[in-house]
Amino acid sequence: MIRYLIRRLLWAGVLFIAVTIVTYVIFFIIPADPARLAVGQRATPESVARARHFLGLDKPVPVQYALFLKRLVIDRSLGRSFTNRQDVNTVVLNAAPITASVVLGGVILWMAIALPIGILSALRPRSLLDRSSMVFVLIGISAPVVWIGLILQYSIGYKLGWTPNAGYCNLLNGQGGCGGPIDWAYHLILPWTTFAILFAAIYVRMIRANVMDTMNEDYVRTARAKGAPEAQVMRSHVLRNALLPVVTMLGMDIGIALGGAIFTETIFGLPGLGKLAVQSLESFDLPMIEGVVVFSTLCIIIFNLIVDVLYAVIDPRIRLS
Amino acid sequence: MALLEVRDLKTHFLTDDGIVKAVDGVSFSIEKGKTLGIVGESGCGKSVTCLSIMGLNPRKMSTTTGEALFKGENLINASSKRLREIRGNDIAMIFQDPMTSLNPVHKIGDQLAEAILLHRDVTKRQARARAAELLKAVQIPRAERRLDDYPHQFSGGMRQRVMIAMALVNDPDLLIADEPTTALDVTTQAQILNLMNKLQEEFGSAIIMITHDLGVVAEVADDIVVMYAAKIVEQAPVDDLFKRPHHPYTWGLLGSLPRLDTDVDRLVQIPGSPPSLLNPPVGCRFNPRCAYVFDRCKSELPELEPVPGIADHFQACFLDEQTKERENEKLQAGSLAGGTA
Repeated sequence: MIRYLIRRLLWAGVLFIAVTIVTYVIFFIIPADPARLAVGQRATPESVARARHFLGLDKPVPVQYALFLKRLVIDRSLGRSFTNRQDVNTVVLNAAPITASVVLGGVILWMAIALPIGILSALRPRSLLDRSSMVFVLIGISAPVVWIGLILQYSIGYKLGWTPNAGYCNLLNGQGGCGGPIDWAYHLILPWTTFAILFAAIYVRMIRANVMDTMNEDYVRTARAKGAPEAQVMRSHVLRNALLPVVTMLGMDIGIALGGAIFTETIFGLPGLGKLAVQSLESFDLPMIEGVVVFSTLCIIIFNLIVDVLYAVIDPRIRLS
Repeated sequence: MALLEVRDLKTHFLTDDGIVKAVDGVSFSIEKGKTLGIVGESGCGKSVTCLSIMGLNPRKMSTTTGEALFKGENLINASSKRLREIRGNDIAMIFQDPMTSLNPVHKIGDQLAEAILLHRDVTKRQARARAAELLKAVQIPRAERRLDDYPHQFSGGMRQRVMIAMALVNDPDLLIADEPTTALDVTTQAQILNLMNKLQEEFGSAIIMITHDLGVVAEVADDIVVMYAAKIVEQAPVDDLFKRPHHPYTWGLLGSLPRLDTDVDRLVQIPGSPPSLLNPPVGCRFNPRCAYVFDRCKSELPELEPVPGIADHFQACFLDEQTKERENEKLQAGSLAGGTA
């Protein structure tokens, strides 16, 4: 187990370096000059050069990358924004809880939808529930997240006025008359729903297929031959096995979901990491982009690590091999 | 009274293509402590027969009629609650593939204990002790320690031993073994068969042994039922069946056994393949593959009838006794001719 963990951690390090390098390379391929953007359109060449030196952009790209790594590892700092000199650490850490709220709430919501519907449709294939859930799945998979978000915002938020259209309230301490768990959840209902629909649809299908497959397994027949009641067969023999792959998928999809948060946050005006990434991209703010990338990479790596370890705990076959 | 008496059992599956008559009017019985072998090719309905007795066919798409009287109680129309009480307690089952018949995520000990706790009012510790006892009975070394192992830590033969232990854990009166040795290699097969014989003496269970291997039933069975295309074609005590087989299909099965005592260049095989049960042949179901077929076989379905002069031997074939006698002698000499080479 320890050796496995060490190997995983080393691999995570390699992955981290690779992702940050790719971000650097892509950034410098884009034909834009952050220094010029920083000083404004009518700046003299001298001030542009000064800005370039000040931002460290006059050094070769590998040196810049090395400096970035050094800053990150030794000072644990992601640097300062090119555009407004804000501390990247602070900005990213302020945005992170918002994205975390959207993603984690979304995950809980989508699993809360997908688990019961997936299991019930597997138990009653071709039933009304099964067929209507398949319609939901088709809509969920085909409709773009952005469209779903806008439709929800228009119909439920604007026309019906049941929920706020946009904005975010802190979970713990409120500011400006809005805050606390109730306001927090109230503002996030629409983003969560938007976010959950696509994944819930995919998961309903996956859970349904897994449960149906598992029900045909020989060991399920063995359990019935032992005289086990149906509820016990389902709980202890079918679901336990059918949901193993779902755990893996969930670990991977949380990474994908972080990417999906960009759309949701933009639609609902949530100042999270997704929105931050879009803003920084528009202003060619490399430290800020790197900050978001570094942070999300770390999150994904940690999530995958947790899932792998969890998987080894719940599936005895993994432990020894 | 027979321990289990099956009368006119029919199991039909409703499929998209039509009704598949997987078991079509099967009757047999088994006495306490005896072993009955059910023999036939894949897909002839042997497994479905036993699953129907246990009430383990997928309910929605299948209908089962007839009677399966277990100690006088008809299992076919028993409530699912009553069936659950019987399953694993009075009638236990061993399946073909030990690699997939044990749940991969539960410890062996827990799976054995589950079988006990479902039917006995004992503590977990007592159940565990009983599980260890059974693992010892099926000759698994270091039984106590292996209770905490998972199925993937056992070899195929060892897993089948675990399955047997699990089946015997509640002292069942009847053990249904569905091709228990098919998935195992030959040396392991012999070990498992010996073990089952030994345990039968010890536990006194009756056994229904389903197999396609006549060699297996020759070793363990008291009586044999030969099934072809969802029907019984021949039924006899084991010695009599091997000495005086009466049905061309049985000849084919016997002829296709490799033999060491005679010089045969190649193995005899039954030509063709088993018919579709969706649309079985008119008349005798074996007629398209039979070397002795004549007109009557193609229009009339032979009933299972007693063989004249031999007690407990039944067969379903229109051939006259003289031909059967003659072909039988050829078969015993190891050179069955008639179109099967």
